[in-house]
Amino acid sequence: MDCPDIMKPEQPSALQVRGLTKRFDRLAVDALDLTVRSGEFYALVGPNGAGKTTTLRMVAGLSRPDAGSVAVFGIDALSDPVAAKQMMAWVSDEPMIYDKLTPVEYLEFVAGLWGVDPVVSGPCAHDLLISLGLEPHLRERCEGFSKGMRQKVALAGALVHDPRLIILDEPLTGLDAVSARHVKGLLVDRVRAGCTVIMTTHILEVAERMADRIGVIAAGRLVAEGTLAELRQQNGHNDTSLEDLFIALVNVEAAAA
Amino acid sequence: MTSATALTWFARHELRLAWREWLAMMTGGRRGRKRGAVIGLIVIAAIMHLPAYAVVGRFADLPAPLDKSTLIVITATIFLAWALMLSQAIESVTRVFYARADLDLIMSSPVRLADVFSVRIAAIALSVIAMALLLSTPFVDVLVIGGGIRWFSAYGVVIAIGLTAAAAAIVVTIVLFRLIGPNRTRLVAQILAATIGAGFVIALQIAAIMSYGTLSRFTVLTSDAAAAFAPDIESIVWWPARAALGDSEAMLPLLAGGLILLGAVMAMFSPRFADTAISASANATPGRQGSRPRGFRAGSRQQALRRKEFVLLRRDPWLISRTLMQLLYLVPPALLLWRSFADSSLAIVLITPVIVMAAGQLAGGLSWLTISGEDAADLVATAPLPPSHVTRAKIEVVLIAIGVIFAPMIIALLFASPLQAAVTAVGIIIASASATAIQLWFRVQARRSQFRRRQTSSRLATFAEAFSSIGWAATAALALTLPIAAPITGLMTAGLLAATWKLSPRRE
Repeated sequence: MDCPDIMKPEQPSALQVRGLTKRFDRLAVDALDLTVRSGEFYALVGPNGAGKTTTLRMVAGLSRPDAGSVAVFGIDALSDPVAAKQMMAWVSDEPMIYDKLTPVEYLEFVAGLWGVDPVVSGPCAHDLLISLGLEPHLRERCEGFSKGMRQKVALAGALVHDPRLIILDEPLTGLDAVSARHVKGLLVDRVRAGCTVIMTTHILEVAERMADRIGVIAAGRLVAEGTLAELRQQNGHNDTSLEDLFIALVNVEAAAA
Repeated sequence: MTSATALTWFARHELRLAWREWLAMMTGGRRGRKRGAVIGLIVIAAIMHLPAYAVVGRFADLPAPLDKSTLIVITATIFLAWALMLSQAIESVTRVFYARADLDLIMSSPVRLADVFSVRIAAIALSVIAMALLLSTPFVDVLVIGGGIRWFSAYGVVIAIGLTAAAAAIVVTIVLFRLIGPNRTRLVAQILAATIGAGFVIALQIAAIMSYGTLSRFTVLTSDAAAAFAPDIESIVWWPARAALGDSEAMLPLLAGGLILLGAVMAMFSPRFADTAISASANATPGRQGSRPRGFRAGSRQQALRRKEFVLLRRDPWLISRTLMQLLYLVPPALLLWRSFADSSLAIVLITPVIVMAAGQLAGGLSWLTISGEDAADLVATAPLPPSHVTRAKIEVVLIAIGVIFAPMIIALLFASPLQAAVTAVGIIIASASATAIQLWFRVQARRSQFRRRQTSSRLATFAEAFSSIGWAATAALALTLPIAAPITGLMTAGLLAATWKLSPRRE
């Protein structure tokens, strides 16, 4: 795929979150500190209601934090959201696309919103849709698509403007094995090309296999972070799976609460 | 569970769903508003007695036997009510086929589907009748107070025509399914539902304009020509009118006929209802082809937003039906305009308020679709452009669409009366801007397919939008006929808008 590579200058971190706090009826995110390095694949795991999605929605500019700061490649995302958004893409677990547009029209719209030159975005969109197995459906309106197909279109939309930071909230939910492999392959390719990926997932095996580093979040706080080896070392279990580690960490946190 | 028990249980379930749906519509889906909704409903019902008195008060003491002209007027009114009920019933039936989330559950359960869908058809009939009874109560009250208890039988007529309207709606929808398939049925049914009631009134207006040069539909109904053409006084055609006046000989067959018709439809179509529902759910998401492949277009981010909005508006079945209805409403004044070229009638002034009101109403719907009805809200919110630019682009789309629809009327008016054309144009701009502003103040994020939420999300916004359109239409009419009074209605409408803004929820 010959998509443009707009990221180049070295940055210390793709995302730097400090003291991020959000309260709804209860405290959803509790003074969270999080740093994701440029070019890494970061998986955020945690039990239901731990604050994963709320954290990422605040990073993506979909929700305003009550306190704290968010910096994307050094840009303060709260004071200059437009500049920060220019470098980011957001994909949620529930793909929100337009039923009455075709995948090509959808990608044209997204590329237009991010101000990508149509000479570049047109062929790039075509390549993306083909690589995701959507070639037979390029001219069909999305209203007839299954959830997996919709998720692929949403993902293609997130990639068409070649973001430096891709934030995905449970992107594999509802995808069949073949589609999931497509999506995982695409994300790994992006990371190899220098892109940063932050992904929440309940599928711990995916985090274990794909992520450079894993953050475990519980009750709105980051309770552990590191590579799988580091996490094992921190907890004194050298041969355990991420699943066992995760359960142990979450249980400790629940007991402490 | 026996068949009878299952039926009773399912009927209770349907009634509970219908009640909660209605309550949500009345309370805007917010808890703790039940008491307010009931009080509001009682107040509205009480207030509705005033217009009801103005409309039907003079007919309360009609002496029996009725003459032909009176029979024609009453029968036409009943037919109009029937057409509106049919419209509501078609909307209910399509909603059952396409929008109810419980079809999978019901069809996978071990109950006889024919029984279950008989109950569902009955529930549709019941909800149509209940709504009609609610709306007709002030009118029947006025007739009973003025003309005696014989008018109570009007409720019987409402029930009878409600039964037949529900039966007709089922037949129409299933026949459409068979003829044009589930995909097109949804669009056609929406258009039918939107235009059936209005179509009858508009047809009468067109006849009145063509024959007598007036917009009043009663001119046609009370004319000698209509009386000469109408059947004999003893004809079955007049049974509904006679039944409404307390003629039990007409009432009993009418009620029996309605019940038999609905029963027959249940017996015939209940088993097929399941098949139809299955094919609707299987085809509700068709693989329709989009435009031909071409290169991506260049332009600003706002242009990308505007292009997307225009494509979505063009492909929106609700909007097509709604616009068609608005255009239908414009046919009579357009005809009047055409006639006035010949005889320079003063009636041409009537066109202005009709156009201004239509523009306000259409702008309200368009604004909801573009501002609140955003299917990919997260995508737009994470795009690198300020929210104010997004809103501006969406408002521009609404105003451009209104301009395209109403510009031909203004150009035609320009030839007849430049002053009236100018007043109408200003009226359109102000009414459209007001309706758009109200939608902006009360915006609630929703999917386009949830258009019904437009009415339920805020009663206040719905009423404010309607009264603002009426206010600006009246102001435009007065500016042409009684200029000194126009500032008064203009200020009143502006005051209404200011109060609406004050009451609107605070936005981030």
